[in-house]
Amino acid sequence: MTSTENIRTQTPVRRLGDVVFSNAATFAGVSILATLALVAAFLIAESIPAFTGVEIAAAKNGFWAYVGPFVFGTVFASTIALLIATPLAVGIALYISHFANRRFSQVLGYAVDLLAAVPSVVYGLWGILVLAPFLTPSYRWLNDNLGWIPFFSGTVSATGRTMLTVSIVLAIMVLPIMAALIREIFLQTPRLYEEAALALGATRWEMIKMAVIPFGLPGIISAAMLGLGRALGETMAVAMVLSPSAVIGFAVLTSTNPNTIAANIALQFPEAGGNYVNLLMATGLVLFAITMLVNLGARWVINSRKEFSGAN
Amino acid sequence: MTSLQQPSSLQGTKDLPRFINPALLLASAVISFATQASLAATTALEVNLLAVVIIAVLGYALALYLISYFIEGKRKAKDRFVTVLVSSAFAVAIVPLISLAYTVVTKGAARFDLDFFTLSMRNVVGQGGGALHAIVGTLEITGLATLISVPIGIMTAIYLVEYGRGKLAKMVTFFVDVMTGVPSIVAGLFAYALFVVFFGPGVRMGIGGAIALSVLMTPVVIRATEEMLKIVPNELREAAYALGVPKWLTILKVVLPTSLAGIATGIMISIARVIGETAPLLIIAGFTASMNYNPFDERMATLPVFVFTSYANQGIEMQAYVDRAWTGALTLMLIVMILNLAARLVSKFFSPKG
Repeated sequence: MTSTENIRTQTPVRRLGDVVFSNAATFAGVSILATLALVAAFLIAESIPAFTGVEIAAAKNGFWAYVGPFVFGTVFASTIALLIATPLAVGIALYISHFANRRFSQVLGYAVDLLAAVPSVVYGLWGILVLAPFLTPSYRWLNDNLGWIPFFSGTVSATGRTMLTVSIVLAIMVLPIMAALIREIFLQTPRLYEEAALALGATRWEMIKMAVIPFGLPGIISAAMLGLGRALGETMAVAMVLSPSAVIGFAVLTSTNPNTIAANIALQFPEAGGNYVNLLMATGLVLFAITMLVNLGARWVINSRKEFSGAN
Repeated sequence: MTSLQQPSSLQGTKDLPRFINPALLLASAVISFATQASLAATTALEVNLLAVVIIAVLGYALALYLISYFIEGKRKAKDRFVTVLVSSAFAVAIVPLISLAYTVVTKGAARFDLDFFTLSMRNVVGQGGGALHAIVGTLEITGLATLISVPIGIMTAIYLVEYGRGKLAKMVTFFVDVMTGVPSIVAGLFAYALFVVFFGPGVRMGIGGAIALSVLMTPVVIRATEEMLKIVPNELREAAYALGVPKWLTILKVVLPTSLAGIATGIMISIARVIGETAPLLIIAGFTASMNYNPFDERMATLPVFVFTSYANQGIEMQAYVDRAWTGALTLMLIVMILNLAARLVSKFFSPKG
């Protein structure tokens, strides 16, 4: 060790180790930016031949006519999934954060996390071999009794491979991540708000309505949007469960359903050749753009209310 | 204790006895089943379980609401009603989990034998065969993806927590978020687009799958590591600096060891997340029935894709293919569960005790 005077006169040394290490860290950070730029660049480059090359049999009426039904199917399926999943996710989050007792709720949290860990291909297998046959009688009932609603009209699919089954599977798949996010936000509700409400004689539900829900609302919205982002890009469950056709229609119980972008790529790509590959690549780019918009929207909601850091 | 004054809206009311909940639930379940069963008997259809449950829960909630309304008052009745709704929302989420676990275990057990783990599908038509080729492929591709994304992920997290200030760090944080949202199939398309440039159209390679998976895995590793590095107390860093330890050695010898258990947990969970990815591997790694140990050459089967193709391309003796699909799913679930469990154990036993 050198003396104190000696240290004072020294200029700060740039140690070789420090330089190398900090540069390596910065390089890693920059490589993330580079990777995303590469993803965009390669997808665009590989999509271009779909527009310039020879006409593709599958897309005789132009690219947008080809991708239109898929975009519709993607958004439609995800929207129904979200309509199912959001109330359930709020319910689960409330149950774990405010209703179940503490030890029990930890176990429940694990159980919900386990749902998140199940691979999508297993959901697909379960959806088609277990869920679809199980739901078919209920679909028939819906069609018989509520067939006047356009959604439930048409001829009921005998196999259960319908838009509604797909949406239910998607809802189950996005449920855990949404529930986990919303739970985190509900747990951050200031204890004093809750106790103040209870001290004023509010019942548990009134306390939740007055303190928890208003506090967690931005979090619920952003969780829903993140769930939507997941559902939009989900591939295998849709590819396995849905019986697809290139239509735009709102009937959710029939066997003619609009396919989703991701599922269409997964089903077509292994057999595709020539510039059909480029066409699929271009539809992938459309999907990328849609999910990106949704995710950016969610991030924007989160960032505009930064105190809800649990949602990051 | 002196009796507390109840708020006026709750006044003059009595609490319902505790047994009211199970009693009412049981009663509504019995009534619902009875009506459905009699309905089924008249129309000669099977009893619809879904309808039974829905009617039972709705009946229970309504009956509880009405009883509570007249005995306890409106506000308590509403509270009880919501409690039923919230609890049943939770039950609705747990039922698929139980059903899924039950089906995968019972149906997967049919082919969960030695052959499944020692044979490939080469020259197998109908019964027999196994998924060794797919298991090897999954292990190799996921292993390579881990090798790519763990160093990049940890270094990026170190950059963000220890070095990053200003615009660049903000951009990196933002784009890590964007990367988390990349759909898995788009990652597969990216890997294909990348490899097509070098190897020409129709390229299929295991390493491409590893690249696609690492696009999905890196942001997860970054997020997990970042969280862990952030909770390392600043006092530790300052103590090291005060002793004259250079920054890079402080990070390597103080910060990383302190957060190692958490980082290991995060890595295991990220592996568990990508090991089940199907779509990108279907696109770039392809499918084969034969063994392929070389990820840099030709098609490579993986477990998720094996499950998908076994189901999608059923040959003659369909049941044999479906059985293999279920056993593949069971194996995959077991791997994921073991990884998750190991992650929990690591974080429980190796994290530094405060």
